[in-house]
Amino acid sequence: MRRAIDWNEVSFRAVFWLLSLIAIAALAAPVIVILMLSFTGEEALHFPPSSYSLRWYEALLSANELRDSFIISLKVALITVIASVVLGVAAALAIARSRKTWVRSLETLFMSPLILPALAFGFASLMMFSILGFRPSILTLSIGHIVVCVPFVLRTTLSSLAQLDPALLDCSVSLGASDFYTFRRITLPLIGRGVASGAFIAFMSSFDNIPVSLFLQDARTQMLPIYLWDIIQNQLDNRAASACGVIIIGTILLMLLMERLAGFSRFMK
Amino acid sequence: MADGAAKEGQEWRLTLPLTLFFVAFFVGPLLLLIGISFQAERQMTGVLGLNQYAVFLGDSLNLDVLSNTLILGVKATALCLIFGYPLAWLITRVSARMQALLIFLVILPIVTSVVVRTFAWIVILGRRGIVNDAIIAMGLSATPLRLLFNEAGVVIVLTQVQLPLMVLPLVTVLQRIDPNLASASQALGAGAWRTFFKITLPLSMPGIIAGTILTYTACVSAFVTQSLIGGSRLLYMPMMIFQQAMDLQNWPFAAAISVLFMISVLLIVGLLVALSRSRAARLYG
Repeated sequence: MRRAIDWNEVSFRAVFWLLSLIAIAALAAPVIVILMLSFTGEEALHFPPSSYSLRWYEALLSANELRDSFIISLKVALITVIASVVLGVAAALAIARSRKTWVRSLETLFMSPLILPALAFGFASLMMFSILGFRPSILTLSIGHIVVCVPFVLRTTLSSLAQLDPALLDCSVSLGASDFYTFRRITLPLIGRGVASGAFIAFMSSFDNIPVSLFLQDARTQMLPIYLWDIIQNQLDNRAASACGVIIIGTILLMLLMERLAGFSRFMK
Repeated sequence: MADGAAKEGQEWRLTLPLTLFFVAFFVGPLLLLIGISFQAERQMTGVLGLNQYAVFLGDSLNLDVLSNTLILGVKATALCLIFGYPLAWLITRVSARMQALLIFLVILPIVTSVVVRTFAWIVILGRRGIVNDAIIAMGLSATPLRLLFNEAGVVIVLTQVQLPLMVLPLVTVLQRIDPNLASASQALGAGAWRTFFKITLPLSMPGIIAGTILTYTACVSAFVTQSLIGGSRLLYMPMMIFQQAMDLQNWPFAAAISVLFMISVLLIVGLLVALSRSRAARLYG
């Protein structure tokens, strides 16, 4: 006996697959488009390019302002990551272990920069620094970035601490190891992947930050994403495409590396 | 183990550095922002008053900007849910290898620069972009459609840019749902749609709420996408704050609208959290 087609099941699968495929196409499209465009041989930005070359990548080498802003962004991102890891991991250790309600509720405070509009925070920081008489510098930029990047380190560290067996720490301490020794030899290696994942996400989001940088930078400290934003808004040229190409290739390579070292996609959920 | 117990009580000290940092550089600036928003005069003469709030709330054009921003978030978040849910569902149902590939694809945009992605969409949606080329080639329209510099464009691009924030919490929740529940429902005669709406969807509510909060707050404050795709004619709250603060140097007014914007966003987030609590109570209570 031939079974009738279950139209209910078929229509459900058709709708879900179709919507998924559109979502997948939309997620992949920008990356593919920028990569193709960055290798264009043409003068004008047109997709798809009719010829391919490395000429715009070569043009990048002589783009001094672009290089300067890249270096400043890199410096700020590195300072941000180091400070976020030190401050964030220390706080995460306390939050995960403490039984005090007020210590645990600090988590909400430290995560709140993710919910509040970063632009309002950037503006608030600008007012405070200027009233205190600080001029925009790599330091003020880094301070602003640390506030919005700490939540990433905190979240991934907390989630790896949740999987850590406290008996291991008790063993180490009862065998006579000091707290710091236990942290260095037991805790850190076990939560290392979570910390590294958080550090990676913090690095990328600092490197990409506009809403906070916009207020805390000045002409001497122009950040890469803002420089690119200016180019795209005003004189859309092909160097923007090749610079974006470099960023995408760098991002994919870093992501593959982090996936291999720390399995960081587990920490994104 | 008196020693260990004593140490246990001291752990809060480890939160001190970050707490001090947050008090100085996060809570401090925000309190200052609120303080300056009560300055009556633009020159910040020290006279306090509600003038800035009255000016904003008294002008319907300003209120339009606020409501347009909040509604923009609703539209983009709804689209994220419509496309993100099936994708998350698919991710939990494919082979491990395929799953890793799809998760990689979902995370890639999160770590790829927002400027870069928005730039790509300018190319895709532009007058001579791929979408318009396809539409004209298929004969659907004789002239290029205007997909950039209008609200539809902003919604489309925001959806793509923020989609991962919706998908990831949904994947986590969907993976935890016992597949036997769906099988049982189907065995009892419910069709695929009925099983989805009666079993899977209610059970995935925590993921939907978490994803909605993340996506919504990101969409309403997405300064880069809003300004690059919206162009100069569409004004949303983040751009309005920026213009008042930097171009017009009107700090008290910019502070007041920042405060109003933050309160609106927090109210919506609070509403969603309350919704999730009452949901959870009904499901497990």
